[in-house]
Amino acid sequence: MRFSFDDDQLTFRDAVRDLLVKECSPDAVREPTRAVWDALAEMGVPTLLATEAAGGMGLDERWLVLLLEEAGYAGLPHPIVETAAVAMPLVAERVDAAAMITTDLGGPIVPWASEATHLLLADGPGLVLVAGRDAVVEEVDTVDRARFAGRVAWEPGVAIGVAGDRDLAFDRGAWGTAAFLIGLGQRMLDLTVAYVNEREQFGVPIGSFQAVKHHLADAALQLAFARPAVHRAAWSLATKSPDRTRDVSMAKAMASDAALLTGRKALQCHGAIGYTEEADLHLFLKRSWALARSWGDASWHRDRIGAALGI
Amino acid sequence: MDLTWTDAEQAFRTEARAWLREHLELWREQCGGVIHSGDTREGFAQHLVWERMLFEDRWAVVSWPKAYGGREASLWEWIIFEEEYYAAGGPQRVTQNGIFLLAPSIFEFGTPQQRDVILPRMAAGDDLWCQGWSEPNAGSDLASLRSRATKVDGGWQLNGQKTWTTRGAFCTHLFGLFRTDPASERHQGLTYLLLPLDLEGIVVRGFSRLDGDEGFAEVFFEDAFVPDELAYGTPVLGGENKGWSVAMATTSSERGLTLRSPGRFMATAERLVALWKEAGGPPHLRDRVIDAWTKAEAYRVQTLQTVTNTVEGRPAGAETSLVKLWWSELDVQLHEIALDLLGPEGELDDQWSKGWQFSLSGPIYAGTNEVQRNIAAERVLGLPRR
Repeated sequence: MRFSFDDDQLTFRDAVRDLLVKECSPDAVREPTRAVWDALAEMGVPTLLATEAAGGMGLDERWLVLLLEEAGYAGLPHPIVETAAVAMPLVAERVDAAAMITTDLGGPIVPWASEATHLLLADGPGLVLVAGRDAVVEEVDTVDRARFAGRVAWEPGVAIGVAGDRDLAFDRGAWGTAAFLIGLGQRMLDLTVAYVNEREQFGVPIGSFQAVKHHLADAALQLAFARPAVHRAAWSLATKSPDRTRDVSMAKAMASDAALLTGRKALQCHGAIGYTEEADLHLFLKRSWALARSWGDASWHRDRIGAALGI
Repeated sequence: MDLTWTDAEQAFRTEARAWLREHLELWREQCGGVIHSGDTREGFAQHLVWERMLFEDRWAVVSWPKAYGGREASLWEWIIFEEEYYAAGGPQRVTQNGIFLLAPSIFEFGTPQQRDVILPRMAAGDDLWCQGWSEPNAGSDLASLRSRATKVDGGWQLNGQKTWTTRGAFCTHLFGLFRTDPASERHQGLTYLLLPLDLEGIVVRGFSRLDGDEGFAEVFFEDAFVPDELAYGTPVLGGENKGWSVAMATTSSERGLTLRSPGRFMATAERLVALWKEAGGPPHLRDRVIDAWTKAEAYRVQTLQTVTNTVEGRPAGAETSLVKLWWSELDVQLHEIALDLLGPEGELDDQWSKGWQFSLSGPIYAGTNEVQRNIAAERVLGLPRR
């Protein structure tokens, strides 16, 4: 029994963190470019789970989970979960290592649908791969303007069937989104801690008030217990555990709840400045709203846990 | 990361499970099938019989050295034992305040004589220890305590009052904090004393907890004399006027791992799932049952991380406040749902309503949850103190 990460895994995480600090600042989330994606691709992040024969790194979810948390912390405005966790393990040998792949497995509002080079789409009980230029995308306005989402259709004949386990692909997406949500939650908490230490009212930092402390302790509490559940699900996926589906659902249910609660606390403790697009908080807050309810919301996943418990 | 148990750990689990199954049955038979609460005089005596059975086969204090009655189990094996203990329906440990709260401090600060005399007798249930910290005017603000111990020829003279002393009326010994430097304030000038309760000048009065059991006591000291030489040598643990730092060593174990391991909440969560089924599977309560089960499992998983960190030399710090918040609020949640499942039947004085009442003490004892939230905000998140 050893529930911690290896030095190599932590070193890789630190490298990705350093990259994201430089290339994915809040300004870059407001005005996304492909630069950060290309840099991540150069490090091998999108193809981390793909086999070496398919041009990937042949690593497992225990490596990826930390990187997806970092991506969430940065609010990365690209389909890293969809590409790295869901699509690449299935289609890496058919696409370029820098391919940006999205999917509709998490819900009908497909993020980065126009921008993606490929789309991995549900087709009956199976999956198909469609090139970006062949997809018919109806763009939609989303609350989080960095999502660039759309509804997707395709003409018969353009899609190539994808062999593989769709349930596993879904579980990887739900789990990857849970990891991203943990990162978002941690970022919102950190932003708020910094703000309440600095902001003064009644002559003192507002963080000295117990009412504010207790809000943030509640957020820290939920994140502190959701994060190990997400890490455990990484292990369950990596080792093909028979409890995989239950563990993934536990991760997503807890991460969704923790991120939504943290968002509420963060907004409340920011006060009026939080209720603007001037402050950075909204970049992470709006993403958390979208992700908490895609790939199954908390109740949906609890329903699956119940099924695993036989109730 | 490897979340599997070794063959040796599996064997330990199997051995514990088999022993518990067999001996719990034996104990229940000896009790005539009726087991009273360990917080009543009658039930306490029954539970001591059980503690004796545990001790005789070295299950009372599995992680302790063999010389003191343990089996030198690793922290992992201790977690496994706790899981098996509660899954088997093992009863409350009436010796827990000694073995989980006092013993860690004795291992850390005790003299060889204190260790050699106190620990084996504690493990065997020969000496029964209760905690004398809280006072009528010192609860969450423990450092404001006023009971005093004055150095006199050949010993200490004690005056003052302790209260909320769990099972004090049934115990033989008390570990407590006393002000030994009359000029001192707050955390300074306190001494951690270990004393028998049968001394002249000490009066123990039991009183009822919320659930009606005589589980609490107040302890009055009126010129009570504690000699410098007891069976275990000096009554002072860890040095004169150093009581606060010695005491804090036990609060972190109380908040963290040792007092409330995940095993007991997992067992309650499994019973809750079973109760939902017995109640005919009411759909409107299903999500809440699953949510509570998930939080119990999350505590188990989080603990695997804490134990790994401890074993690898990174012991938990202020984040133990978050752990205390988690299990205490989880315990309330588990029992609240059970009562909702029972509906009007929940009024009956039985295992679930008893557990519910006990769960309500969790957010209060070992530092109220309001204080824990302050600690978490200040020491984990770094918010300003004032």
